Amino acid sequence: MTYFPEEVVEHIFSFLPLHSDRNTVSLVCRVWYEVERLSRRAVFVGNCYAVRPERLVQRFPNVRTLTVKGKPHFADFNLVPPDWGGYAGPWIDAAARSCMGLEELRMKRMVVLDENLELLARSFPRFKALVLISCEGFSTDGLAAIASHCKLLRELDLQENDVDDHGPRWLSCFPDSCTSLVSLNFACIKGEVNPGALERLVARSPNLRSLRLNRSVSVDTLSKILVRTPNLEDLGTGNLTDESESYLRLSSALEKCKMLRSLSGFWDASPICVPFIYPLCHHLTGLNLSYTPTLDYSDLTKMISRCVKLQRLWVLDCISDKGLQVVASSCKDLQELRVFPSDFYVAGYSVVTEEGLVAISSGCPKLSSLLYFCHQMTNEALITVAKNCPNFIRFRLCILEPKKPDAITNQPLDEGFGAIVRECKGLRRLSISGLLTDKVFMDIGKYGKQLEMLSIAFAGDSDKGMMHVMNGCKNLRKLEIRDSPFSDVALLGNVAKYETMRSLWMSGCNVTLKGCQVLATKMPMLNVEIMNELDESSEMEENHGDPSRVDKLYVYRTTAGARNDAPDFVKIL
Amino acid sequence: MADVESCLKATELRLGLPGTEETTAAAAALPTPPSTPRGKKRDGNIAADEPAKKRDGETAPPAAKQATVFEVLTRVETTFVSSCRAQVVGWPPVRSYRKSCFQQQSSNAAKQSKPAPPPAEEKAPSAAATTAAAAAGALFVKVSMDGAPYLRKVDLKMYKGYRELREALEAMFLCFSGGAADAPAVNPSDFAVTYEDKDGDLMLVGDVPFE
Repeated sequence: MTYFPEEVVEHIFSFLPLHSDRNTVSLVCRVWYEVERLSRRAVFVGNCYAVRPERLVQRFPNVRTLTVKGKPHFADFNLVPPDWGGYAGPWIDAAARSCMGLEELRMKRMVVLDENLELLARSFPRFKALVLISCEGFSTDGLAAIASHCKLLRELDLQENDVDDHGPRWLSCFPDSCTSLVSLNFACIKGEVNPGALERLVARSPNLRSLRLNRSVSVDTLSKILVRTPNLEDLGTGNLTDESESYLRLSSALEKCKMLRSLSGFWDASPICVPFIYPLCHHLTGLNLSYTPTLDYSDLTKMISRCVKLQRLWVLDCISDKGLQVVASSCKDLQELRVFPSDFYVAGYSVVTEEGLVAISSGCPKLSSLLYFCHQMTNEALITVAKNCPNFIRFRLCILEPKKPDAITNQPLDEGFGAIVRECKGLRRLSISGLLTDKVFMDIGKYGKQLEMLSIAFAGDSDKGMMHVMNGCKNLRKLEIRDSPFSDVALLGNVAKYETMRSLWMSGCNVTLKGCQVLATKMPMLNVEIMNELDESSEMEENHGDPSRVDKLYVYRTTAGARNDAPDFVKIL
Repeated sequence: MADVESCLKATELRLGLPGTEETTAAAAALPTPPSTPRGKKRDGNIAADEPAKKRDGETAPPAAKQATVFEVLTRVETTFVSSCRAQVVGWPPVRSYRKSCFQQQSSNAAKQSKPAPPPAEEKAPSAAATTAAAAAGALFVKVSMDGAPYLRKVDLKMYKGYRELREALEAMFLCFSGGAADAPAVNPSDFAVTYEDKDGDLMLVGDVPFE
């Protein structure tokens, strides 16, 4: 191989799709390292604090697609205090200085400021795609900058971000010369947009394939837009609350969209709108009704029973077990199902139980990805599900009440989850809930050989539980644990493991400051972050007896050393 | 989670009609329990095919079948346990974006007074609460705690959500919690917050979106 000219080596590398493969070839020799780094087009940074941005852009100056993830996953549930970190600024600054060819930036759970977006908009002449997921810190002014200055913009995809609304001006900032949009998702923008500006933008975007509107867009505006987008494949509607006449216009507009395969939105959807969607149903492969508490079980099933090609369904638990039976008998190609709770304020009751899940598993053998919030579960049901669907890659079950046992036998759910990990040999992600002893962790450690991410809440009896996982799950990358009785013994039981993982999160457990200090001393390649909140949350009340008990612990491997942007409440050992 | 375990023990499910000793025994475990028949009312979506039962929230009809009794007792158990764990941060694991969408949705729904009939009685209290709040500059309500010698008044408009309201109430009544006789070291989070709605029914706080 060393006799080949570098261009040939580079060409060979271009056939390696996985980051991990490219990382591996770069280790072979200096020549390959150089060829690889200069030809690398896409870099994925799973933890923004694992590597210094400057270091990264120096190594890969020709990168075109940069993906960076910030806060730990439990930040989604307010377990990470605000101002913890995850700032996009340093990444955009570094790229602006060294990677002029940047075309795509994808960020998840990061703090992005308007000034960062402004710098982004001005720094990269070939910039094409911005994808922000669960980010915060910016306003529509930042979006205005992107719209104004990114002349080749193809994709602006804003998923579930917390965006400050400074008015509808931003959408009008797309210049008349901007005709390149392929994907526009502004569903998370809270305020109004100018319907005229939106219509004109769509009219001059002949390549538009994906359009997700926000709540402010009326049925009338949607109808006018859809007439212009015959090639639309993915649509997120605005609100669907109008009177029935508007739906007639909508219906005829929708008929023109023969390529439409995926639907979402349905904000405040009135049941009146349901029949007008019917003509689309037969072709749909994706349907997200999980933000629509206004449609009940009967509306939902009328729609879904017609979606015979459905592969991905997100729905609220008001669909009920009966509704899930309809899904099971109609949607034979279903691969991904998410059932979200509609009641999560204080009480947490759900009409969805183990019966719905068993029905789905027997009707939809291709099911590989599940997120299921439910009122109760049984071992028998889980064992049945495991037998019916051995192809699970992601299995996330959330029984709303912590530590709830098998609803029939009152036993822990160890057997049930054990069956899942045993039968589903390709399982990569698992979230467990309900009453669970150390036994379930024995099975997870024994059978979870492909497991990459494990989420544990209110589970286990002793340190042995966590040890089973740490010692058994060879491919574990992310471990997140809350309110489980694991102590320093478990934390320190296999310290070398942490260098093979991206991160560990432990909150509400029994680790102490001393244990964390030992970990930090033994493993200098890790950042050991401790957060003890000063405000009196209920978790602190149990902490009275032991001031050295650590409330929240976040451990991650890094080449960057301790970060310098940590707030006061974060202590890095 | 000692609170949850003690609540679970106290609410062991047994057979019997509502209003009998089982529910009274369960009621004794907590200072301010919602009474059984009311527990049914909040679950507008228990069983979509039983509209008659949920409409008026009364106790199960005299010809109650076994299934109905179990259902009612399950509601009681869930209600008690739920009020015990009301303060668990970040549970259930639902993204704050999703939660904020729902809050926005219900206030939109109340504003638009949709032509479609609202599902069961869930919408009615929501609309009533919203219009009441919109009307007054401040929304003062009387708050009483079992065992406290006097009542307090809070302005509901000062709080953005149930969590804040609850924390404020706990702070207000903290001085009284040490004196409670029944259980040793009564934890303020043992208390369920209830309110009386316009029909005069005692309702558990938290079901209806805060707006």
